[in-house]
Amino acid sequence: MARFIERHPVWALIVIIAVAVLAWLVFAIWPPGLEAAIGRKRVFLNAVLNGITLGGLYFLVASGFTLIFGLMRNVNLAHGSLYLFGGYVGYAVSTWTGSWILSFIVAFVAVALVGVILQLAVFRRMEGQDLRQTMVTIGLSIVFADLMLWVFGGDFYQVQTPTWLIGPVQLPLLTAIKSSGEPVYLQYPLVRLVIFAASVVIGIAMWLALNRTRIGMIVRAGVDDRDILAATGVRIQLVFVLVFALGAGLAGIAGVVGGTFQSLSPGEDTRFLLASLVVVIVGGMGSIPGAALGAVIIGLAEQLGSVYIPTYAIVVTFLIMVLVLALRPQGLLARR
Amino acid sequence: MLKSSLGLIALSSLLLSGTAFAQEKIKVGVTATLEGTYTVLGEDGMRGHQTALNVLGKKVGDKELEFIVASTDATPDSAVRAVRKLIEQDKVQILLSPLSGDEGIAVKNFAKTHPELTFVNAASGAQETTYVDPAPNFFRYNMDGAQWQVGLGKYAYETKGYRKIATVGEDYSFIYTQVFGLVLEFCGAGGQVTNRQWVPLGTKDFASVIAALPDDVDAIYLGLGGADAVNFLNQYQQAGGKAHLMGGSIMIDQTILSSKGSAKNALIGTIAASGQADTWEDPGWQKFVKAYQDSFPENKRFPSPSLLATNYYGSTMALILALRQVNGDLSNNQAKLKDALAKIEIDAPNGKIKLDANRQAIGTNFVTEVVDDGKGALFSKVVKVIPNVNQTLGYDPAVFAKIGLPSRTVPECKKY
Repeated sequence: MARFIERHPVWALIVIIAVAVLAWLVFAIWPPGLEAAIGRKRVFLNAVLNGITLGGLYFLVASGFTLIFGLMRNVNLAHGSLYLFGGYVGYAVSTWTGSWILSFIVAFVAVALVGVILQLAVFRRMEGQDLRQTMVTIGLSIVFADLMLWVFGGDFYQVQTPTWLIGPVQLPLLTAIKSSGEPVYLQYPLVRLVIFAASVVIGIAMWLALNRTRIGMIVRAGVDDRDILAATGVRIQLVFVLVFALGAGLAGIAGVVGGTFQSLSPGEDTRFLLASLVVVIVGGMGSIPGAALGAVIIGLAEQLGSVYIPTYAIVVTFLIMVLVLALRPQGLLARR
Repeated sequence: MLKSSLGLIALSSLLLSGTAFAQEKIKVGVTATLEGTYTVLGEDGMRGHQTALNVLGKKVGDKELEFIVASTDATPDSAVRAVRKLIEQDKVQILLSPLSGDEGIAVKNFAKTHPELTFVNAASGAQETTYVDPAPNFFRYNMDGAQWQVGLGKYAYETKGYRKIATVGEDYSFIYTQVFGLVLEFCGAGGQVTNRQWVPLGTKDFASVIAALPDDVDAIYLGLGGADAVNFLNQYQQAGGKAHLMGGSIMIDQTILSSKGSAKNALIGTIAASGQADTWEDPGWQKFVKAYQDSFPENKRFPSPSLLATNYYGSTMALILALRQVNGDLSNNQAKLKDALAKIEIDAPNGKIKLDANRQAIGTNFVTEVVDDGKGALFSKVVKVIPNVNQTLGYDPAVFAKIGLPSRTVPECKKY
């Protein structure tokens, strides 16, 4: 941090001012002039929170994608199918047992198993051949999409939110003060906050596992040079399988999350593949903090866009991607 | 020599008799949105189509109808692609297409490039399709989105006492047409529409849209359908929304009312208008509901047909009846069939339907209110039946033309 300020004093100043303005926008009562210009504070706060929580979902999908890519250079374009499959599994489990929590566990395990099979049956055969992997996984994603369409039909499914998560909570953020002097606090859906908190926990756990544990050390060493790592006696194929299973399992969990606060239907697979590609390109391939940053940026862009420039909301995400590719093609937080 | 020529004659006579016995087929291409946001609508549309075939049969004189189905995803290019494929690859002679508003406009324009074929609109309801530069070979037996809203504005203003409303709708032609019909009548009665929000078709995350709903209005009108409507309701419930709601024709429909989960309960008491009402007492309607229910096992259908099923039923019915009138004669670029289609009046389940000069349906409209049947199933209950609704909504055509075409901001909220 200190080094960043020393090296880029101007940028640091801009960032600090931006953070200050944002903090003021979030915490202060807006003067009437500002409300007249850009709408009510409630709308703005909601859009910001929605963007961040949507970012949480994108992070769950994209972190698995970036992990698999970062370690193994495996281009897995069937990642969206894993997401959708996880969602369907979660739906089936939650309607069958009535347990929301259990659906996460089963979805994680089931999709992780699919990941293991994918790694053993597909990726191990074409290690390091990007183009072949790309073509094969695109093909697989089409096959998976049709299989899921066959089994689950074109209907849209929603994973039932448990009753204790339905409804809004009051956040300690002021949106306005009534003429009677009574403060109005922001109401926000509880389920989104819980899901966001969960994705933060998962993100931090993943970061810790990668940076503070022996397994993480092996994985990071594998990212840098897998041949040398294999030569030191590490069973690199086993590590690959584990990482692939973890990445796939995360996509499965994300599927249940997506099925809870959005819905599951054919076509969601490509939507989330595209979202995670954009997130990973913006954040930097193979970087977990990058995926987190990219996910929040894309989530915010989508939600703020849908409120303030609804017509062009879809373009904003891709504009950001284009800008990043033009100015910092390796991604915002790439290591090299 | 003689022997072989005798053999040839015998063979050829055999072949000839063979063709005489084989039934001649009339190929009809059908499209429905079996992918994307409107999948459920397309599936139920096909159920309505199938019900019509069960009731009416597939025979036209000594010919047999053959139906070839193609899937679309509610985008205009997917509809044109499907229709092209049906014409060029499957060689269909008649089209029963499409389902959704933007698709309708695209298919109508495409119909002009094939003047020799006949296009019967399956269910799409954008106003522009038949109102602006209609294709002479495109016939629509369902009303458009604006006709389907007739009665709602007055009912909301006069009976419910709503004075100010806001709308949320999907950003495409059919919903423009629905909001057009609503605004015209509601503002004409003296009401105000303060805010019109448009969301892209296929929006998943409505949280910000919900947050931006104004709270100083009496009711919020929802012009959503399929997965979008379910997503909206789900997130509306999570956000603790409590406003009075009003619904468009595909919002208050079995596709949404019988969706899984409890989010749909927010719709109880919601007023809406549509080309049908689930609980209508009319014997023709009840017969249709029975036929629909008998055609499919209970878990493979809705408790009662959706608007799409009714539309597909009506258009399939019109096509088969007209084909029977001309005895399946498709000669001379199907001139006889087109003539019969333009003149035919059908006793559709949702009331009598006839076509105007633009080959657009004039029919019956229903104002409804959502009720719980006591067992957790939701139905739309008839509040008012309005017969003979035409495309200019009872306005003088010259006045109607001045209002402009439905869009995000048209019509203005005033009395025309």
